[in-house]
Amino acid sequence: MSEKKNEAFLSVKDLVVEYTSDGQRIQAVNGISFDVQKGRTIGLVGETGAGKTTIAKTILRILPDRAAYIRGGQIIADGKDLLSLPEEEMREIRGNLISMVFQDPMTALNPTMRVGEQIAEVILHHNEISREEGEKRAGEMLEMVGIPASRYKEYPHQFSGGMKQRVVIAIALACTPDILLADEPTTALDVTIQAQVLDMINDLKQKNNTSMILITHDLGVVASACDDVAVIYAGRIVETGTKEQIFDHPHHPYTIGLFGAIPSMNVDEEYLHPIDGLPPDPSNLPAGCAFGPRCPYATENCRKGEIPETMTPDGHKCRCINLDQVKEGGIHK
Amino acid sequence: MSTVIEVKRLYKYFSTPGGMLHAVDDVSFKIEEGRTLGVVGESGCGKSTLGRTIVHLLESTGGQIFLEGRDITHVKGKELAKAREDMQIMFQDPYSSLDPRKTIEQTIMEPLLVSRRYKKSEMYQKAQELMELVGIDQRLSKAYPHELDGGRRQRVGFARALALDPKFIVCDEPVSALDVSIQAQVLNLLRRLQKEKGLTYMFITHDMSVVRHISDDILVMYLGQMVEKSPARELFVKPMHPYTRALLSAIPSVDIHNPNKREILKGELTSPIDPAPGCRFAARCKYATETCKREQVLEEIEPEHFVSCCRVRELNGLP
Amino acid sequence: MAKQMRIKRNSQFLDIMHRLSKNKAAMAGLVLIIIEVLLAVFAKFIVPYDWNAIDIANANSFPSLQHLMGTDELGRDIFSRIIYGARYSLSIGIFATLITTVIGTFIGAVVGYYGGTFDNIIMRILDVIQAMPPILFNICIATALGSGFMNTLVALAVGGIPGAVRLVRGSVMSIRKVEYLESADSINCSKMRTIFVHVLPNAISPSIVSATMNVANLILTAASLSFIGLGVQAPTPEWGAMLSASRNYIRNYPYMVLFPGLAIAITVLALNMLGDGLRDALDPKLKD
Repeated sequence: MSEKKNEAFLSVKDLVVEYTSDGQRIQAVNGISFDVQKGRTIGLVGETGAGKTTIAKTILRILPDRAAYIRGGQIIADGKDLLSLPEEEMREIRGNLISMVFQDPMTALNPTMRVGEQIAEVILHHNEISREEGEKRAGEMLEMVGIPASRYKEYPHQFSGGMKQRVVIAIALACTPDILLADEPTTALDVTIQAQVLDMINDLKQKNNTSMILITHDLGVVASACDDVAVIYAGRIVETGTKEQIFDHPHHPYTIGLFGAIPSMNVDEEYLHPIDGLPPDPSNLPAGCAFGPRCPYATENCRKGEIPETMTPDGHKCRCINLDQVKEGGIHK
Repeated sequence: MSTVIEVKRLYKYFSTPGGMLHAVDDVSFKIEEGRTLGVVGESGCGKSTLGRTIVHLLESTGGQIFLEGRDITHVKGKELAKAREDMQIMFQDPYSSLDPRKTIEQTIMEPLLVSRRYKKSEMYQKAQELMELVGIDQRLSKAYPHELDGGRRQRVGFARALALDPKFIVCDEPVSALDVSIQAQVLNLLRRLQKEKGLTYMFITHDMSVVRHISDDILVMYLGQMVEKSPARELFVKPMHPYTRALLSAIPSVDIHNPNKREILKGELTSPIDPAPGCRFAARCKYATETCKREQVLEEIEPEHFVSCCRVRELNGLP
Repeated sequence: MAKQMRIKRNSQFLDIMHRLSKNKAAMAGLVLIIIEVLLAVFAKFIVPYDWNAIDIANANSFPSLQHLMGTDELGRDIFSRIIYGARYSLSIGIFATLITTVIGTFIGAVVGYYGGTFDNIIMRILDVIQAMPPILFNICIATALGSGFMNTLVALAVGGIPGAVRLVRGSVMSIRKVEYLESADSINCSKMRTIFVHVLPNAISPSIVSATMNVANLILTAASLSFIGLGVQAPTPEWGAMLSASRNYIRNYPYMVLFPGLAIAITVLALNMLGDGLRDALDPKLKD
């Protein structure tokens, strides 16, 4: 990745998003920057409330108008800054250039509309083609996600959870978008079904050379579906690099803690290694490093001002000023 | 060691407009004191129904439930109340398992209040002890559930379950809704108190890594039936039933250099409503043959390792 | 641990009042209602004239300093009658609603919690009551029991029960499968304890909101009943009855109709604003 910088297809720069509620400022996203290359998948990993979904919603500009404020930053896709586009142009971008898969397939489909027609509708909306042509393509999309086209005329309730999520993905991919935003696409599914869906997403991505932003809290899913990883904590990227860099040599104490907290599949341990404490209250973030209060390596300096991004020896980025001590402390695995 | 809970050929059917839904079909097991039985399976396999039937939140359709050797299948009234004090349940959803209009203290104290065995001052005292036991700060005693995060709510649920000193606790996916770092905290708490109090758990989950960590024995369920039961470690080393194997292979591993070789299951789920006799997994099983349409028997293939599959010996190269 | 949780030690009631106090319209409504109730309670000390004192000499006089709202065809002071009328109108609204809500909530909670055949039977009986148009139902009761204050109150209360039951039953059924009720079962809570301690407090918010609105509706219905001569009878200064009695004079003495009409309109408006505000304040989803 570091040898030659590919032209980033989508790049998010210094994004800051806040919510207000009851007169309080909730700092959801605090200066996030990342690039998505053509054909690659970046995984945004983090816990509940880290700001992952807000990032996705900001990219698609579907944040709630009244409560959310984009305080700064740029989102450049295809040479345009999405944050300054008028709504009409944004409508063209959604679905055509970028589309999104939500976590819950049960609520993403219209229960009173035939499955095939929901796909056809999206195709017809974005393309000037005849009704028959659109329906034919919708049938093909169904086949592509592994559902026989003969089920075109069925309703969502006749489908199982995994099949519904595949339909949602078919809708998202119907206009061959360049970027797919997938927000916890398999969290609501059983493992065996999750395996099917992940496999399918990987296949389709390769076939169409789609870029993808995969939002998840599950490091296992990241391992099996992503090329790059950004670990998010309290609205900031604390560590980012390729999957190999992050999984083989995690540097940030939070990333290390996350790996350590997962029960191992092959080692027996009496007790697990949780990260002490709780994620910070986003309406009252601590000064300096937000992870500081839970970090075993935290020092006085961690509470002073912004923590800069540093380059680790293997060439990925990490926001921690005590990397040497962390290294000495060892990575408890 | 004595057996705390024993279930013999337990059935639980629900009548639906389409016919009988076989949620739990002929399940038998026993759990020794101080041990944990993990029950795994995917959504709709009947694992939660099994837990709820054992603690009498649902009435069983057939079979027997023994608590410390006593048959409690059909107990009512006072005897049921007594049995329930020994068996508690901890729920999955930290958002819906606590009454939103009761404070933490009221929630934890309620079992004591209902049992009518304590004086008021004793109850406050006991509630404080319980909060300390599960690691909830005293200053939260007047807080409402919506002011707490998921991990703390699960601790409150646990404190409430522990209030009457039960012997057996059904943990129904207690950590599934929590983030990994918090999940580890709650799992450690469950384990610590198990050791301190000699508790017996039935731990229901769909997360294979969690179940491996917490269980002594594991029961794998598929559409209401037991397909495999074995000591925890052995199940991960030597899974024998084709479904268990597929389930284990489907777990996305964090080890990026040795990814699981995923077995992708094809075929549709069999309906649990009036299912035909025979293996219910057959429709998705790549080894299915004609013999799978016959009734399957749970056999002890190796010591303490039970499998319900007619081709198990053949598939695992056993005599 | 550096994390400081903000813990409010307020009771839920204070919490709700706090949220309500931020809603200006609701507070205005509440203040108006309180003023009206105070006026009604202390009417004796406020009114300048006896509400029933006939003074033919001063009949039909327009509003003046002597008679703030003028006098009616018998020379009775309209201001005094309206203040006294608040007693009747408000108490019909409030007491009938109380009866409706208490009975309706109890039946609704029990049938919603138990469900099944029991629920079916009760609901079909209530369907029969609800199948009759409300005014017609009230007319039937008024005809059977005779008109008058108490009978109007009973008629209005009974007529509202099916609606109240349905409302509570619906929200009870929506939480029937929630895990904290299973949790209550598992620690041996009796059915009655479960219903009253766990089910009702979580299912009652819609009823509280609807009760506020219902008071307004009942004041209107009572007024219309009086207007057609079946409700409270003259000379009782119920607002609807006053409207009804003065309708013949609307061309020459419009103030006779205007003031009782205004009293009804303001009360109903205030109650509706309060009800709207309560709905927002009681909705836990809007919390914080």
